[in-house]
Amino acid sequence: MTGSQPPPLDVDRLISDRRTRVIVCCGSGGVGKTTIAAAIGLRAAERGRHVVVLTVDPARRLAQSMGLSSLDNTPRLVHGISTSGDAESAGSLHAMMLDMKRTFDEIVEAHADPDRAAQILANPFYQSLSSSFAGTQEYMAMEKLGQLRRAEEWDLIVVDTPPSRSALDFLDAPQRLGRFLDGKLLRLLTAPAKVGGRAYLRVLNAGFGVVTGMLTKILGTQVLRDVQTFVSALDTMFGGFRERADYTYQLLRAPGTSFLVVAAPEDDALREASYFVERLDTERMPLAGLVLNRVQRVPAAHLSPARSLAAAEVLQGSPADASSGMPDSLADGPARQLTIAALRLHADRMEQAAAQHRVSSGFTAAHPYVPVAEIPAQPEDVHDLDGLRLIGEAFAGEQPPAA
Amino acid sequence: MATRDTDWDGVRLHVVTGKGGTGKTTVAGALALALAADGRRVLLMEVEGRQGIAQLFDVPPLPYAERRIAVGPGSGNRQGGDVFALVADPESALIEYLEMFYSLRHAGAALSRLGVMDFATTIAPGLRDVLLTGKAAEAVRRKESGRGRHYDAVVMDAPPTGRIGRFLNVTTEVSDLARVGPIRGHADTVQKVMRSPETVVHFVTVLEEMPVQETLDGIAELRELGTIRPGAIIVNMTRPLALPHDQLRAAAAGDLDQAQLALGLKAAGLDDSQTLAAGLAAELTEQARTALAQADQEQRLDTTGQPRYQLPWISGGIDLAGLYRLASALREQKAA
Repeated sequence: MTGSQPPPLDVDRLISDRRTRVIVCCGSGGVGKTTIAAAIGLRAAERGRHVVVLTVDPARRLAQSMGLSSLDNTPRLVHGISTSGDAESAGSLHAMMLDMKRTFDEIVEAHADPDRAAQILANPFYQSLSSSFAGTQEYMAMEKLGQLRRAEEWDLIVVDTPPSRSALDFLDAPQRLGRFLDGKLLRLLTAPAKVGGRAYLRVLNAGFGVVTGMLTKILGTQVLRDVQTFVSALDTMFGGFRERADYTYQLLRAPGTSFLVVAAPEDDALREASYFVERLDTERMPLAGLVLNRVQRVPAAHLSPARSLAAAEVLQGSPADASSGMPDSLADGPARQLTIAALRLHADRMEQAAAQHRVSSGFTAAHPYVPVAEIPAQPEDVHDLDGLRLIGEAFAGEQPPAA
Repeated sequence: MATRDTDWDGVRLHVVTGKGGTGKTTVAGALALALAADGRRVLLMEVEGRQGIAQLFDVPPLPYAERRIAVGPGSGNRQGGDVFALVADPESALIEYLEMFYSLRHAGAALSRLGVMDFATTIAPGLRDVLLTGKAAEAVRRKESGRGRHYDAVVMDAPPTGRIGRFLNVTTEVSDLARVGPIRGHADTVQKVMRSPETVVHFVTVLEEMPVQETLDGIAELRELGTIRPGAIIVNMTRPLALPHDQLRAAAAGDLDQAQLALGLKAAGLDDSQTLAAGLAAELTEQARTALAQADQEQRLDTTGQPRYQLPWISGGIDLAGLYRLASALREQKAA
């Protein structure tokens, strides 16, 4: 085995520590973040915490197994968790699926009087903003996290971040959207009506005709009118957006918040994980460690792929070859075929395990202090609590290192 | 000029989508290579600004310009064709577009510095999509004197499956944009290309629940729109297990005859065949369970009736050699 071993990530200690209040699971899309978040939530609940898992885009059957049949934006109690001991110390698990549009609507309703709220909700630009804008999902996930935290009903919140290609989107998108909503250009569109004497606006005003002229050419008058109506209706809430984004951002830095970066042992996923780890460091946000998901385990690791393939070839060779010493019963029987298949599969798995080890060693070489927990690849999709529990068991401290 | 039948003769725009993690960009690259065989000229286009093509083909980051990045596989006495790559971003496309219709190059650049272009494409996501699909449509339609079409095929590494319907369905996208004028006209042209029989959308998936579900949803969405043709389902990273069905079932249930396996291992000259048999049986059991779960997912894909191709899992990550292997697998299956 080459390279140094990373320190082990003790997830059990993290979730047993009552001071841990928020765990954010980050990572690029397709690495199994949702499953990991759910498994951590379940394990924490079964160890006595009152947990809510905020998921964004779970697989249908996994969602159903947690009793989430629809996107209803409300935490639902998950049945079937096993608790040991007395009722006093028993934990609980809630899970919810984020509905970004509804979350956005609720912010509007909370901050504007009913007439104005209705006006905003009906605005075509708002509808596009709240349903299909890049960054809205991340913004609303953060917003929801803030709400759950303020509710003080749970002592641990596990967040599964939206499926974006870059893990950094979760940190950047909300502020980007906040800046946009709060931005000069957006305000400029409503400026002609109230230019007044502000100097910078006068300067901008010279070029204003060009800008609006161009935007009208590109977008048409209707879009601009919708945006203008939206902006003036929203005026009282302005600043509010950025403030809210800032508030949640601070929450991510607060004691009690921990980040887990989830990755599969593949180049792309670990490259994203690296970016994210470096970024958390710059932002002074607390990284608990890397969860390396879908690690190939090979029980018969002492047989090298080369020997395995050579043995398969021996069997593959002429079955009539007496010198191979093959018993007659094996000559053309299913056992021969079975053995060949087993040897080929083994070689394949060994190669995959070696490739995975190579990329994960690369990560550890660059980030030697980042603790790592390995989750073995599961043969099937996880879609019930038992499956989640099995993954959770891999978090138990005593797991042996991969061969 | 087709020298052999493929499943997609006459198709010039191959849109490739797939859930994150399924290898969409890799498959788009392999398809572009496969299409570039026999002297044909292919454009591989990226629209999400993450330089996936450059990483895949191991070249420096690509600009907003068409660059030759690879040579397609030759066959017999025919030379391989060329694969060009283009990284399209909405802002550059918008500036180019303004230049085309208004000769506004300098104004465009100035507005870009002020953030106006970025702003315009932000407040109107539909505009962004029309500009990107528009770039693909332009490349598909481009003519060259004496050659006919400039490109024999265009492959677009498109947004993920969850966004594909919205991305391609330009009509609804711009219905709330300008109702007259050049953008409208532009959108109508894009729409014509997207709806033509020259365009298909391929779905890349792996045999797991979520990606398969998204594939089914994506195909259903396109069918509902009724105007953009779903193409093939490309199952990526397959690892077939060569076992007859009864052994597969037994392996999945953990009922393998370890004594037989040990006998086979011994015959192959391996020591300690008992222990080894136990280890290998455990590996077989896992893989057989995966294979059965995958067979279920394949059945779900069967319901679509779309053509299907299998691409092998390549150990140790994808390099150029691996990409050519995938390209030839696509050609063998008549995907190109």
